[in-house]
Amino acid sequence: MKLTVNGTEHEVDVEAEMPLLWVLRDELGILGPKYGCGVAQCGACTVHLAGEAVRACQVTAADAEGLAILTIEGLGQGDALHAVQKAWLLHQVSQCGYCQAGQIMQTAAFLEGRKASNAGLPTDPEIDEALSGNLCRCGTYPRIRAAVHTAARAVLAPLSAPAEEPRE
Amino acid sequence: MTLAQALSRRKFLIGSVAVLGGVAFGSYSLLRGPKEHPLGSDAPDDAMVFNPWVVIDARTVTLIAPHADFGQGVTTMQTALIAEELDLEPGQFEISFGGPSAAYANTALADLAIPFATSDRSALADGLRAATDASVAFLGVQITGGSTSAPDSFEKLRMAGAMAREALLSAAAQKTGLPRESLRSHAGAVHLPDGTGLPYTTLATLAAGQPPAASIALRPAESWRLLGKPLRNVHDTAIVTGALRYCIDLEAEGLAHATLLLNPRKSGPALSYDAARALSMRGAERIVEIADGLAIVADNTWRAFQAADAIDVDWPPSAHLAEQADHWAALEAALPQTGGGTVWRDDGDAAQSFAEAPQADRIEASYRVPYVAHQPLEPLSVMIKASADRLDIWAAHQLPGILRRRVAWRSGLSMAQIQFHQQIAGGSFGHRFEFTAIDGAVDLAMQMPGRPLKVTLRREVDFAQDHPRPIGMARAQGVVREGRVEACQMVAAGPSLVGSTVSRLGLPYPLSDSQLAIGLFDQPYALSDFRVAAHQVDGLAPVGFWRSIGGSGNTFFLESFLDEMIHAAGADPMAERLRLLTDPLARKVLEAAAEMANWGRKMGPGQGQGVAFSLVYGVPVAEVVEVTETDQGIRIDHVHVACDAGPVLDPVNFTKQVEGGVLWGLGHAINCKITYAQGQAEQANYYDHPGLRLGQSPRIDLRILQNAPVLRGIGEPPVPPAAPALANAIFAATGQRLREMPFADHIDFA
Ligand code: FES
Ligand code: FES
Repeated sequence: MKLTVNGTEHEVDVEAEMPLLWVLRDELGILGPKYGCGVAQCGACTVHLAGEAVRACQVTAADAEGLAILTIEGLGQGDALHAVQKAWLLHQVSQCGYCQAGQIMQTAAFLEGRKASNAGLPTDPEIDEALSGNLCRCGTYPRIRAAVHTAARAVLAPLSAPAEEPRE
Repeated sequence: MTLAQALSRRKFLIGSVAVLGGVAFGSYSLLRGPKEHPLGSDAPDDAMVFNPWVVIDARTVTLIAPHADFGQGVTTMQTALIAEELDLEPGQFEISFGGPSAAYANTALADLAIPFATSDRSALADGLRAATDASVAFLGVQITGGSTSAPDSFEKLRMAGAMAREALLSAAAQKTGLPRESLRSHAGAVHLPDGTGLPYTTLATLAAGQPPAASIALRPAESWRLLGKPLRNVHDTAIVTGALRYCIDLEAEGLAHATLLLNPRKSGPALSYDAARALSMRGAERIVEIADGLAIVADNTWRAFQAADAIDVDWPPSAHLAEQADHWAALEAALPQTGGGTVWRDDGDAAQSFAEAPQADRIEASYRVPYVAHQPLEPLSVMIKASADRLDIWAAHQLPGILRRRVAWRSGLSMAQIQFHQQIAGGSFGHRFEFTAIDGAVDLAMQMPGRPLKVTLRREVDFAQDHPRPIGMARAQGVVREGRVEACQMVAAGPSLVGSTVSRLGLPYPLSDSQLAIGLFDQPYALSDFRVAAHQVDGLAPVGFWRSIGGSGNTFFLESFLDEMIHAAGADPMAERLRLLTDPLARKVLEAAAEMANWGRKMGPGQGQGVAFSLVYGVPVAEVVEVTETDQGIRIDHVHVACDAGPVLDPVNFTKQVEGGVLWGLGHAINCKITYAQGQAEQANYYDHPGLRLGQSPRIDLRILQNAPVLRGIGEPPVPPAAPALANAIFAATGQRLREMPFADHIDFA
């Protein structure tokens, strides 16, 4: 079976029904997507499949074959961080950080989707809805919400977005 | 004077030792070996152990942050404390979590005593400190190494940094022949008058030979470069790029993936099992018996999970009460009336006051809190490898010292053969205090020597193995008269948290557990008639330390009942609390919260404000919660928090801890409980026990007061007031009084 992860094609020999999460983690050593619940309850495993945010614990290897898989490792690295990652740093969102790859991937897909459909800046209820499946046990939600707004301005209204100072 | 004598006369002793290619600075502590302990020990009595904080060699400066980071930012804090005095900039050092590493081999540091984490989540230390009384001196040994309070650690780390700086300056003076006073330390180097910079790494060996500075004054807060200002979490970039490696992410050559199938009733090994089908499944390699169940080894975690699912197991019945209704009945039975129990406070005569009061002035109520699980988002995981003469174990654990002893005892190896590698954790909240996964991993590794094994608990197993926050119940009687609260007597019942915990370490705990009454008897309310008693109820489910421990249930009892009494008296919940609070720091936080919330302002229809206060771990916290009753249910709009934990070293991290603590308190109060049927938890995953999600998360505003002279941890104190402040707000908005958590069993939430 061939899987394309972050632009690289990998040949894997796994059961068709093995969840993508465990193909990524244990077969390919791509460890950014996390195991939290295994049952679509926490969102820690969130990756993009053909541009859509999906729970990698629910998508099977067979489902993912032939589609572009993007994990947090492929979203942005080094000096080329995605706007969502930059917003996360600006607002110092993370506590333990375990949920954050999922939160960031969910947010990135949400904002890219709005951009594609010219949907404009999201409201709080829209953000809450988009991230309702991403659990954070540490309680970083107030900062997540603030960071999504910042990222939204960068992704959806880049020209009007003023440079932001970190909040304290 | 020997080192040990010196130590016993001083709070701590800072020193240095030469290590391979450089020097280490750190503190000494006295290790009193247990005389005869069930877990055994190789430690000589009264041995000195050296805890390094700074290691400088020719390659780099390494700061040791042995207090494990579970997301509370303690790594950042520990390194900043050292870097402040050592004149290092963020990014100029590497971080090690301590523990035996190759660099320390064959040096004085071979057997490190790693201190217990003290800073933010110090509930564990505090709880155990309570356990160190008399009979359980063994625990004391392990914890005194580092269960020093936050302020002690605050000095110790800065002192280690200062001592290292002074030694480097002296080394530079020796090397250059220049006068010591003409040299300046700055940004990782000693600078000469001509502007030349000598990086610390070039001075490492020379620094090792410098006699320790006789006395060093720590820099005053006014001159701090790093502390007191927002710090950047050292893990932030790694987190947002997916690069931070938690224990569950560890890899090794030839690694096998394993999971544990553990007795959900916590009552010992399987009576019988059939693993034939599991072993025939793809990737399944071995199934071995371990203390409380089975370990399943495969070539992929998912395959291990699948194989575990295919095993039929017959577990013995539970040793504790099997059905939840019986747990409540046991608590009910312990509370025949408000008398009896261990009396923790007895001001005036509350019973008489109640007996003499006319019926119209009497208030009575009872309250319940359920068991609640920890369930941090990273499930329990361990990497382990047994070799011929050593056992390496990688895990995130709150009690590394005890862990090594326990692993030594369990594996039959000596302490010196146990190499523990502390890991970063995806949350803990008290969960990584337990040995569930460690014990199973050790049993497994000893049966598969030579093989590196990564054990990952399935979420459902982790839930079943969680040692939850204790269940609790309280009865209260009060007297109100002429618009005032006059008398209160409260009696609580629950299992002994400390007793349950130390029993899992194989130790007795014959004392009265103060956790049953903490948050009740110790609150600074000046009621003339105030009585608090607690009953310990045995035979309930085994319980564990949970963020804010005893305070989480007891603050709900007291602050709810106080609110009921105040309303019955026709008084204002804020004004009457202020009348009763004598402690000036406590009054200030309450006044601040009232001002932030514009307390008493006219609220819209279906809206309400509720207030609660608590003083746990020495930190007064007041929270005002504002709610609205909507068509979908109660919506939490806003939480105003004021607290005083003394000087704040990192305002951003501090604020995050408060936000997280408030949400932790609210989320579990709303929708979490663990209940038992046939001796096992009925909740298996987050769908049964969700906590708060983004859409329910209110706006949180914080005012940080810094009137208290002493620095304190802030991980736990914001938790206790959240639940009662919410219940009190719901009462104000709807007239419905919630006396039992989780509230969602009684009222809808949006
Ligand atoms: S692990 Fe996939 S949603 Fe939790
Ligand atoms: S930051 Fe710890 S679970 Fe979200």
